[in-house]
Amino acid sequence: MSRVLSYEEKDTWIHRLSGVTKLVFFLLWSITSMLSYDTRVLVVMLICSLLIFRMSRTEWRQVGTVFKFIMLFLVINLLAIYVFSPDQGAKIYGSSTPLFGDTGRYALTKEQLFYECNVMIKYLTVIPAVFMFIVTTNPSEFAASLNKVGIHYNIGYSLAIALRYIPDVQDEYKKIKHAQEARGIEMSSKASLKDRIKSTSAILFPLIFSSMDRIDIISNAMELRGYGKHKERTWYSERALQRNDYIVLIVTILFSVVALVITFHDGSRFYNPF
Amino acid sequence: MNKKFGIKEVVATGIGTALFVALTEVQIPLGFIPNTALQPRAALLAFLAAIFGPVVGGLVGLLGHALGDALFYGSVWWSWVFPDAVFGILVGLFAAKYAIKDGGFDKKAILLFNAVQVIGNAIAWIVVAPVLDIIIYAEPANKVFAQGFWAFLGNIIIIAILGTLLGAGYSKIGAKSSSLSKED
Repeated sequence: MSRVLSYEEKDTWIHRLSGVTKLVFFLLWSITSMLSYDTRVLVVMLICSLLIFRMSRTEWRQVGTVFKFIMLFLVINLLAIYVFSPDQGAKIYGSSTPLFGDTGRYALTKEQLFYECNVMIKYLTVIPAVFMFIVTTNPSEFAASLNKVGIHYNIGYSLAIALRYIPDVQDEYKKIKHAQEARGIEMSSKASLKDRIKSTSAILFPLIFSSMDRIDIISNAMELRGYGKHKERTWYSERALQRNDYIVLIVTILFSVVALVITFHDGSRFYNPF
Repeated sequence: MNKKFGIKEVVATGIGTALFVALTEVQIPLGFIPNTALQPRAALLAFLAAIFGPVVGGLVGLLGHALGDALFYGSVWWSWVFPDAVFGILVGLFAAKYAIKDGGFDKKAILLFNAVQVIGNAIAWIVVAPVLDIIIYAEPANKVFAQGFWAFLGNIIIIAILGTLLGAGYSKIGAKSSSLSKED
């Protein structure tokens, strides 16, 4: 399953940042873009995230397939908004200027077009940030640094286990799927809905039950090695925050505050050019 | 036993999240409402929550959905991440009652499990998800309620079938603990 995004070792200043810094950046960035409907803020954010994305030296082959997939979702979503509510824009901006004469309920208005553009930009600002976060953050270092900012090491460890075992579980899924296909179950879209549920469970049952065994084995092994005996843990891939981390953190927090102030200073999260 | 977060819970959260993420792309398409399909991972979440309790259920929902979205779709749709956590917690609250691990997942427990999952899904997908969609993304109300309703319908179907079967199957093979009794 090559479609998944994954970490790749490189040497840029973004890769050298601590996982926590990148997590804070990613969370603040998505919260800001979630809250703001101010087109000016969103466009600035879009340009920034493209610049950062460029600096992380991420290549198209790492993210291309996922990107195409997102675009498909984006288009479907924008169309669905239009189909369900062609007057959402008019409702939000309080005016209605049809673009091509009056054609009833589905008349395309400038306001609707502008609103859907905003939805699209909101999507697009977050995507580079997520890509950047995933392809530049070492999972083990990330789990270690989570603990450093005060999150209990149990949570950090759960996350480390999850990241470690995702490829294993995917492999096992593939193996079981091939085995079941060799026994003649139909997985393609030719089968009916009922048959597909049936054949999916023919894969899920062995997968989930063997994972339950795996949970027992791993937790026994951890228990034998004395996991959880002490209140603190040390981490092999631990890294202290450095000068660059503090700079990025301060800049990110300042940026979010300013962006939110600009968005909300007139009492509405929408920027209204009409 | 369900309240504490011991080694088993740590590992169950980890492996559960990994499974949930891996199952993100295993979907059985439902219709032409975007982003909705029968999601076997919903059944997995209900199953794990029913065995390991609300903390593991909530964490697997939260971490699994956020990670799965990020890894497969490159963006995290927060308004749909939190409902999964809410759902995991709600189903997990009654974990002791289902007694899946002790081999006690009988007709009564199955009924309870399904009642809880229907109510949990209703709260998560018909209330929490659309409301968050409207608050966070200002999307049209009728669109998000339609999406939420399809997600609700898809999830209760897949959980009623797969979730129940998983519970019953695991209850049968895992009936070790109740076959031992403490000697006085």
